[in-house]
Amino acid sequence: MKYHEAIVVGGGLAGMRAAIALNEKNVKAALISKCHPLRSHSIAAQGGINAALGNNPRGGFDSPFKHGFDTVKGSDYLADQDAALALTEAAPEIVYEMENWGCPFSRNNQGHISQRPFGGAGFPRTCYAADKTGHVLIHTLYQQVVRYEHASERQNMLCYDEWMVTRLVIEDGECRGVIARNLATGELEAFMAEAVIFATGGPGRMFLPTTNALISTGLATAIPLWAGVPLKDMEFIQFHPTTLLGTGILMTEGCRGEGGFLTNAAGDRFLANYPDSAKAMEVAPRDIVSRNMQREINEGRAINGMHIDLDLRHLGAKKIQHQLPGIRDLAINFAGVDPIKEPIPVKPGHHYTMGGIDTNKKAETKAKGFYAAGECACVSVHGANRLGGNSLLETLVFGRIAGREAADYVLGKTTSKQGEQAIVDALAQEKSKHKALTEGSGTESAAKIRDELGASMVENAGIFRKEEKLKKGLDKVKELQERFKGVKAGYGGKRHNQALTWVLELEGNLAVAEATVAGALLRKESRGAQFRTDYPTRDDQNFLKHTIANWRPEKGMTLSYSPVKLGTWEPKERKY
Amino acid sequence: MDIQFKVFRFDPETDKEPRFQDYTVPHRKGLTVLDALYWIQDNLDPSICFRSSCRAGVCGSCAMHIAGRYRLACETPADIKGPGPVVVRPLAHLQVQRDLIVDMEPFFASYKQILPYLLTSKKPSDGEIRQSQSDRAKLDEIIDCILCASCYSACPMIGSDPEYLGPAALLQTNRFLLDSRDDANEQRLELVSDEHGIWRCHTAFNCSLACPKNLDPAGSIAHLKRASYKGFLKVPFRK
Repeated sequence: MKYHEAIVVGGGLAGMRAAIALNEKNVKAALISKCHPLRSHSIAAQGGINAALGNNPRGGFDSPFKHGFDTVKGSDYLADQDAALALTEAAPEIVYEMENWGCPFSRNNQGHISQRPFGGAGFPRTCYAADKTGHVLIHTLYQQVVRYEHASERQNMLCYDEWMVTRLVIEDGECRGVIARNLATGELEAFMAEAVIFATGGPGRMFLPTTNALISTGLATAIPLWAGVPLKDMEFIQFHPTTLLGTGILMTEGCRGEGGFLTNAAGDRFLANYPDSAKAMEVAPRDIVSRNMQREINEGRAINGMHIDLDLRHLGAKKIQHQLPGIRDLAINFAGVDPIKEPIPVKPGHHYTMGGIDTNKKAETKAKGFYAAGECACVSVHGANRLGGNSLLETLVFGRIAGREAADYVLGKTTSKQGEQAIVDALAQEKSKHKALTEGSGTESAAKIRDELGASMVENAGIFRKEEKLKKGLDKVKELQERFKGVKAGYGGKRHNQALTWVLELEGNLAVAEATVAGALLRKESRGAQFRTDYPTRDDQNFLKHTIANWRPEKGMTLSYSPVKLGTWEPKERKY
Repeated sequence: MDIQFKVFRFDPETDKEPRFQDYTVPHRKGLTVLDALYWIQDNLDPSICFRSSCRAGVCGSCAMHIAGRYRLACETPADIKGPGPVVVRPLAHLQVQRDLIVDMEPFFASYKQILPYLLTSKKPSDGEIRQSQSDRAKLDEIIDCILCASCYSACPMIGSDPEYLGPAALLQTNRFLLDSRDDANEQRLELVSDEHGIWRCHTAFNCSLACPKNLDPAGSIAHLKRASYKGFLKVPFRK
């Protein structure tokens, strides 16, 4: 059995920032990631990170408080307001910290960090590096992880690359450690720790297509659920307005922030025809733009009946090459379209999970010593709809908070190395589970179930939802869960057994999908990203509350609710 | 149209030697080599393994040797050779863990040797260390490196000198050299100015040809060589 003071699971921005925060407090960190940290999905973020720096001439009167208001309003008032303010107040400092660590942000003509307008924001406050902001942030943060590796003689920073956590051990309400599989050798190993931080990203792959990376499955969100930690607000799924037709690859909101147009088959900027987007047009919040695009598609005004055009041509070759070079490469490589000469074919597609592991603003969960941060967590700062540029911010701010809180918890603990038997038992159970999955007699194909789930989620729990579809979607998830019992990994070898990996990931997808659909079904209102055609308005009387999903082996999934923390701004109708 | 693939297969634990396995994949518009590998894994052969993540050419996971050169599988059209066969092999100079997955540890070890983080004594004012647009423009492309190891695999010198830092690590050195905020130029040049650093490069240009991001590691190495001469920091091969 391996022992570490603190374990961080997930090597993306939140995970690495948490590990650094632990080291800053001189607590040893083990960073366990199923891929090399640089391959994490944070790297795919394009548009930017929000902070009220006021560097843009039009942003001079911006403040963290106004950023907080935009975040809460964007969330359709479901965000916890104290958490949203904690996020926006830490934003300038955390962006400067990344800059001081060498992050190559784009600069304005005074040499300050450049900021561009983004949807739902009162001021241009999205800091960026062209359209590769996630890429530069993750490289900068990884560089700091290397610096901490170099700096510590007592191995304060230890990276376990390509180790996949498959189980969380919680005993008597306290976190004891995790079980992880070394992908290269196939061996399962027990890890004991005083504190565990999950920073495992979103469960996007339960929807297909999605902008999310192939690694962004529901497993790491389901693991705490199975261990008795509740999930929150899982029904709130963001559909990004501009995903590339076919592959579903993200075309950043920065395209519209820089002035790009969305046009229908007639060449009209149709957003002007809808009252909720008529004023803000292309930079209205994502939920609104996505719905109006989908309406155009559903009502037969889309190009070839399928897609909307993202037109950048009027920006000119120079601006496109300088501000959106990555978008141009992606459009050329994956759609055969050069945005300098032609519009990019896009449609709304699955992008982000606002919900996640239920945490408070200290990144604490129900279980002592277990923390979560980043997309896998739900504080909640995004509520029912996340603003573009707030997710990168969340990873760094709450990654750091989780690391600091976990460090204090470890340093303040009076006992240590508890729960050995629980970990040994969990390891044995996990071993027999994996053995059964590779050696059992099942005949179901994991790939088939994965594809059916993805299609059903888009169809039944997509941009427009209604009772009968959601019921159908829930039945489908349950049917697939039943069929999953007959799944066998098609390969039994040890080294890099990806057949087994995908089976485990699928089980997680199925659990999280159930929480998503069940939550959407019970929430009989439209709020933010959840739009119910049968309940088209927001219902603060009955649904200004967080959905909490619990799971027990004997009872399955149960839903309950918890209050939203208001206090600064009264919920109002959301107008842009 | 169907596309033929010849894929490198090897499990060092059970196989005596590597082999190429043939697969036939049905083509559809937009199919990439990575899509084809997944189709094989889903439908023909669940035992095959390969790395992937973002499937959008930004994470650097899926660099492999495809149809004669190093490419990212996710952005390479499967019909690059028409009906094929498309030969797919793992990265070179790195030990095969299984099939198309190699041990990246030596690659990242050389990256870590060059102190790949900002070293500066400059104090931020009002939070940030300012940088002019023209200074920032010097980083424009070089920061696009995704550390996919295509250049490392293509470099003929890595094979002859396992301690050679290689093109990616040297490009990263140049990235910090060019950053107006970094002021450790002497230390950085010192680190790379020896027979396992810039002077090991024999200017084959394979790295620049291989880079899927169209970067120029060979140009970076040339820049470092000039900077090293100028500083008279270290005479090559002095021992």
